[in-house]
Amino acid sequence: MKLVSPARRDAPSSRSPSATLLLRSVALGYLAALLVVPVGMVFYRAFEKGFGTAWDAVTTPPAQHAFFLTITVALIAVPANAIFGVLTAWVLAHYDFRGKRLLDVLIDLPFAVSPVVVGLALILVWGRDGWFPSTDVIFSTPGIVLATIFVSLPFVVREVLPVLEEEGTDQEQAAATLGARGWQVFWRITLPTIRWGLTYGVILSTARAIGEFGAVAVVSGKIQGRTETLTLYVEDRFQSLDLTGAYAAGVVLALLGVTVLAIMTLLQRRHGRI
Amino acid sequence: MGPLTVGGLSVAWLTLIVLIPLAAVVVRSFDDGAGAFWDAVTAPQAVAAIRLTVIVSLIVAAIDAVMGTLIAGVLVRDEFPGKRIVNGLIDLPFALPTIVAGLVLLALYGPNGPVGVNVAYTRVAVLLALLFVTLPFVVRAVQPVLMGLEREAEEAAESLGAGPFTTFRRIILPALRPAMLAGVGLAFGRAVGEFGSIILISGNLPYKTEVASVLVYGQIESGNTTGAAAVSVFLLLVAFVVLLGISFVARRGEGR
Amino acid sequence: MTRRLTALALLALVPLVAAGCGGPAEDGSAANASEGVGAQLSLVAYSTPKEAYEELIPAFQKTPAGKGVSFDQSYGASGDQSRAVASGLPADIVALSLAPDVDKLVEPGLVDANWAKDDYDGFVTNSVVVFAVRKGNPKNIKTWDDIVKDDVEVITPNPFTSGGAKWNLMAAYGSQTEQGKSEQEGLEFLHNVLANTPVQDKSAREALQTFAGGKGDVLLAYENEAITAQKAGIELDYVVPDQTILIENPVAVTTESENQEQAEAFVDWLRTPDAQKIYAEKGYRSVLPDLVDAKTYPKPKTLFEIDAFGGWSEVNDKFFDPENGAVAKIERDLGVSTAG
Repeated sequence: MKLVSPARRDAPSSRSPSATLLLRSVALGYLAALLVVPVGMVFYRAFEKGFGTAWDAVTTPPAQHAFFLTITVALIAVPANAIFGVLTAWVLAHYDFRGKRLLDVLIDLPFAVSPVVVGLALILVWGRDGWFPSTDVIFSTPGIVLATIFVSLPFVVREVLPVLEEEGTDQEQAAATLGARGWQVFWRITLPTIRWGLTYGVILSTARAIGEFGAVAVVSGKIQGRTETLTLYVEDRFQSLDLTGAYAAGVVLALLGVTVLAIMTLLQRRHGRI
Repeated sequence: MGPLTVGGLSVAWLTLIVLIPLAAVVVRSFDDGAGAFWDAVTAPQAVAAIRLTVIVSLIVAAIDAVMGTLIAGVLVRDEFPGKRIVNGLIDLPFALPTIVAGLVLLALYGPNGPVGVNVAYTRVAVLLALLFVTLPFVVRAVQPVLMGLEREAEEAAESLGAGPFTTFRRIILPALRPAMLAGVGLAFGRAVGEFGSIILISGNLPYKTEVASVLVYGQIESGNTTGAAAVSVFLLLVAFVVLLGISFVARRGEGR
Repeated sequence: MTRRLTALALLALVPLVAAGCGGPAEDGSAANASEGVGAQLSLVAYSTPKEAYEELIPAFQKTPAGKGVSFDQSYGASGDQSRAVASGLPADIVALSLAPDVDKLVEPGLVDANWAKDDYDGFVTNSVVVFAVRKGNPKNIKTWDDIVKDDVEVITPNPFTSGGAKWNLMAAYGSQTEQGKSEQEGLEFLHNVLANTPVQDKSAREALQTFAGGKGDVLLAYENEAITAQKAGIELDYVVPDQTILIENPVAVTTESENQEQAEAFVDWLRTPDAQKIYAEKGYRSVLPDLVDAKTYPKPKTLFEIDAFGGWSEVNDKFFDPENGAVAKIERDLGVSTAG
């Protein structure tokens, strides 16, 4: 701690250890009270009655179906958002056009819209009395997918855009001057530049897609073994007075989340973002 | 693919997924005319819920700004064992389904909670739940900027006799401001719309702890779709204006 | 770098592969469903009778009429489910908590206007509002007057989202007016009940969870909820007050059902003694008077119906209109006075 390192990146701790310690304690204490303890509680509650009970609760056929439905939905919604996100970020970073700022703000809208309203909106569009009435969207997997895409839409754009803005267009222009085609430029220059931003965006979208509740609750119809996602299954168990089952399914969700986070942390380590 | 095609594609996608559904909500909210819209938004229960939502969200945004920057600072400038794990934990609120978050906050800070603090069914509970779900926004916005910050200016300031606080206020804060504002904007937006984590712990007392999204849910439930749409649209407007404002301030900060 | 790009490309392929894997699984379940000789019925129900239907459906499938009939089930808050059906959730049978939620489906033509014109007025189960209290009833809560005492905390859901809460509040109101008190006194009583209510959950089930979690001294609940809770191992007793309201839960076949015949057969079967016994075991009062065991289901001294207050549509306007309803006004008074 007292070592005066020649590295410029050295922490200010060398200057005032007590202040650093105070800041560190405040930050960690806040995180512990708000994050760590509550999440630990989920695990404790789930395994309170033993591992077997928890395991049984999450391996029932409806639970398994819910698990696979959640994964399927995420696997459709996340790539869709990844492609859209990259395209949008690319346009926003490279071109000035009228309404650019509006588009920039509109992309954040899904963060600000209450999930309940998302569900309501989808029903107003695709429902029986909607603008485009369809029996195959609402209360079926496509509706769940649409709701999930909606709520996880901004992540990739938000992660990719800053990277593109920072990098500028010099390299791409250079490549273009040297005769590379648009697609080649994208594949050889743009994609490698943004790959980390894209990865984080994908990971954050995945986490959000897996965990979405409010919007999906409204459009799914909660048909057991059909349109019940894992979060809905948690609620289902909770409503059925099966708290162990609810917490166990919650743990599965949390584990999915933690896996996603672990991947992200590992990538960050390799990438040296921290 | 030319820029026009790409731009068109992304706008089309945004339109299909986000704008058309939201437009449906807006149209629906005016189904019974502008008067009915205004009535729904100014009904006492709606006013109370909207006011609570906006005020609590502003408080949340303020706390997030302070704590988020502090956490980002500790994560970037400090070294301690397990830092990487802590860094990974930041995104946990994104990963944990809100319904589980609500359940757990209730188990912890509710009656019979192990910590002996009972804030369940109060406005403090609403605040707590919102702080939980919005935690990552500011941290994640500020972190990269702080990492990219050149230390020369700070060192120069210090060598000229500026204390750490002055250095922070004069040198670091201005550089962080756009990122902080962006993070705060997202946090505010999320807080305004949050539903899952609040329903269990807030107690849904009309006029006391009922937030707007729960009110909307209640209106949908009782068949008042138009009223629900009206309150939603109003909330959207508030969120939109705030996001737009933040975007302006952030751009101005960048342009300096 | 190339390797990383390959990895990214692989990541992009994952959904395709997964979709491929997902396909057969879906087909598999569909094949299971069509294995039966009979029809596929969708039951859309409110949340509390879930445990009952988990036994009723297999029992029905053992009857001649139910042979080979398979079921899709969806449970949720009553109003929610009604709205979901109205906006397109496929349903052959709706089983909801109160008649207005079925009535809402009449206008869009999803349920026949005469749905309630049968021997049971469209109902399939009954219940009453009871006081669920802590084990041993430490606060000695027996009468409606006990729940408005200063040191008593009452748990009841939010009447603007929960059908159960409406039953509870109308029971509280009626407990006064049916004893000869004026409407004004009835409303004052409601005011006192809500003043003692520190939390108003979204649904009856969540209110039960709140109570089970240690909050409150008395939970206003359906009798069947209290019994279900006891069976689920939650420690509580319940008291049937001297004055309470008769809760009647409707069931109806939808007009859009492609299997009208089987759906009707199921609803008819639900009224047979065999089915009603299962309901009774799960805590419901049977619609067949002979099956209401007086020991488990004591008859309250004064049992009134929602019709005593003009029926649901009048009650909804007068009490639960979000702007001008009497309950809305009470909530506003309480909110303002506490906030100020």
